[in-house]
Amino acid sequence: NDHEVTLRGINNCLLFLSGYAADIISTVEFNYSGELLATGDKGGRVVIFQREQESKNRLLSRGEYNVYSTFQSHEPEFDYLKSLEIEEKINKIRWLPQQNAAHFLLSANDKTIKLWKISERDKRAEGYNLKDEDGRLQDQFRITTLRVPVLMPMDLMVEASPRRIFANAHTYHINSISVNSDYETYLSADDLRINLWHLEITDRSFNIVDIKPANMEELTEVITAAECHPHQCNVFVYSSSKGTIRLCDMRAAALCDRHSKFFEEPEDPSSRSFFSEIISSISDVKFSHSGRYMMTRDYLSVKVWDLNMENRPVETYQVHEYLRSKLCSLYENDCIFDKFECCWNGSDSAIMTGSYNNFFRMFDRNTRRDITLEASRENSKPRAILKPRKVCTGGKRKKDEISVDSLDFNKKILHTAWHPKENVIAVAATNNLYIFQDKMN
Amino acid sequence: MFSKGTKRKFSDGGEEISDESLLGARVASSYSLQRQSLLDMSLIKLQLCHMLVEPNLCRSVLIANTVRQIQEEMTHDGSWHMVTEAFCSAGQSPSERLVATEVLCRSREQDAEPKLFSVISYEGCCEEEVVADETLCSVSVSDTVSNVCLAGRMGQCWEKSELSGIERDEEALEDSRLGSGEEEEIDTEDGASTESPKTIGQVFGTFEIKNGSPGPDSALEELFSDVDTSYYDLDTMLTGMQSAPKMGPYDLLDSLAPSHSSPSIVSTPNCRSDLNELDHIMEIIVGS
Repeated sequence: NDHEVTLRGINNCLLFLSGYAADIISTVEFNYSGELLATGDKGGRVVIFQREQESKNRLLSRGEYNVYSTFQSHEPEFDYLKSLEIEEKINKIRWLPQQNAAHFLLSANDKTIKLWKISERDKRAEGYNLKDEDGRLQDQFRITTLRVPVLMPMDLMVEASPRRIFANAHTYHINSISVNSDYETYLSADDLRINLWHLEITDRSFNIVDIKPANMEELTEVITAAECHPHQCNVFVYSSSKGTIRLCDMRAAALCDRHSKFFEEPEDPSSRSFFSEIISSISDVKFSHSGRYMMTRDYLSVKVWDLNMENRPVETYQVHEYLRSKLCSLYENDCIFDKFECCWNGSDSAIMTGSYNNFFRMFDRNTRRDITLEASRENSKPRAILKPRKVCTGGKRKKDEISVDSLDFNKKILHTAWHPKENVIAVAATNNLYIFQDKMN
Repeated sequence: MFSKGTKRKFSDGGEEISDESLLGARVASSYSLQRQSLLDMSLIKLQLCHMLVEPNLCRSVLIANTVRQIQEEMTHDGSWHMVTEAFCSAGQSPSERLVATEVLCRSREQDAEPKLFSVISYEGCCEEEVVADETLCSVSVSDTVSNVCLAGRMGQCWEKSELSGIERDEEALEDSRLGSGEEEEIDTEDGASTESPKTIGQVFGTFEIKNGSPGPDSALEELFSDVDTSYYDLDTMLTGMQSAPKMGPYDLLDSLAPSHSSPSIVSTPNCRSDLNELDHIMEIIVGS
């Protein structure tokens, strides 16, 4: 049974790699093939890991991820107009589909998006006519023969260079970028606006959504995430701090302030509290690979929506319902504002999201089984199998369970990524990156 | 988490009160205490929002909405009116109020101490007293928080200067800041108070203690006018099809920089010296 295998496979995870970033990891993203894994951190750096080629003589025929390239994507800047520093923290990285030997990705901080080209150089031309080996120009009198320079192998060098800088289009903090399925355009979203860019054009962008009120004092809702549809290049969605999702069709109008579809689950009046709105705020929205569903993450749950049904989600998964009675404390220490992300597996049969205490959760959509795992060095030795964790919500705490009050709310897993084809996952726990794979039988 | 409910004393000579209604009263008072505590916490968070270098807009909006909800409920209860009356009582001496606001200016801790909750209740202050409180803010010069408090307002002054075409080098900036001082019309929005420094005024403006019912909207009227008003006018030019926007010196440098070099205009050490200069200037303005 395929679906059983998904969860069981993950249950038998092995820890293959813990990479340590110098800074807090702020985004994690596999590329389209899964060969490369990019992380962005608070210091503006991007670290790219590459999967080793499978080799027959290794015990495990799946490759490990090793550092492939590291570069400084963004630097801190100073905005004179507002007398404020612009953080260099990378908010999002999105890969472009590979079209030639080089790899391209978009990285964004609060204000600026950059297109980076990552290319390999493993050959060097030797035997120039006009200059010698050290690059010095030769005396023309000395040149007696004519030869064709030859490409000689050299140690592999991976170079990252910024090809485009898309700046000055966002007044507010960029929270999302998403590459369109036409592979020519992409959107960037901040708290109040969404812009559409062409990858070749940096000096202008089209504003396609603007929810800024004429009077800022009337502001009650902000944009929290946005994504392009994986197949329909005219469709995108954006989520809000009030727990709503709007689907827009760019063919309808130049400014997509009027949505085509409006997704909102009616509120349960029995669970209403002063925190209801805050916990309904959507922190992430992701289309399924099929394009038929989308998933939203709010503070306590993950919801799967059928794009054809606007009035409620088709599936709801509780991530850490035991926190509902602690909302006031979590409001006090600001944890209630944490923005967790979520992701699909390649076949859309499972979803994953993070929680506190370095826990992360996986849900199998078909069997409705779920599992809680922990990403921490203390509990995982390399090649060890991850043990499922359980939070004790009340009553007698069993052995190996952890009580809600012992959870460490400083250890939060906000960013996770799932390999597009295989059961390989990347989990960012503060400044550590964990990569797990299912065990080969 | 919540402040503990006060125990209700059973007066001997009074009417007999049934256990049920006593319990009900306890629950109700506990709820309103909790609600008040939540309101206080939210207001402190909002004020801290304004004190941070770059407020997180989503967080600010969510907290402000929470405050609005509480206010609405309290207005329906009628307890809002009681609260306003209590604050307007003549029991507090002006010096107490001044001390209270100084504490608010000084504190930068994310986890507000419970004692600050009681401080909030002092904000029955009139606007003029709030103005005087600024001098206390300026006492701790090294504390960038109190200076950033006013930075938002100053930023708007700069924006106006730019739009009116004044050359924006440092000296001119200082001149315009010093010159404009507190007389300059800060607000571009209607109905906003103009006399008082807005960042402090906003927190207190959220209560806007006037006799009678302050509608929830007017109570929060100043809340976001500082968030990005410096871009307000520039913004209207930038929406829609954005060609290369009107460039300030910052943008010009940015576009001139070679694409592969660092786009930062100043390295971080320079930022810090700029902030120190800013502190110094704030001290001069506020002290005057």
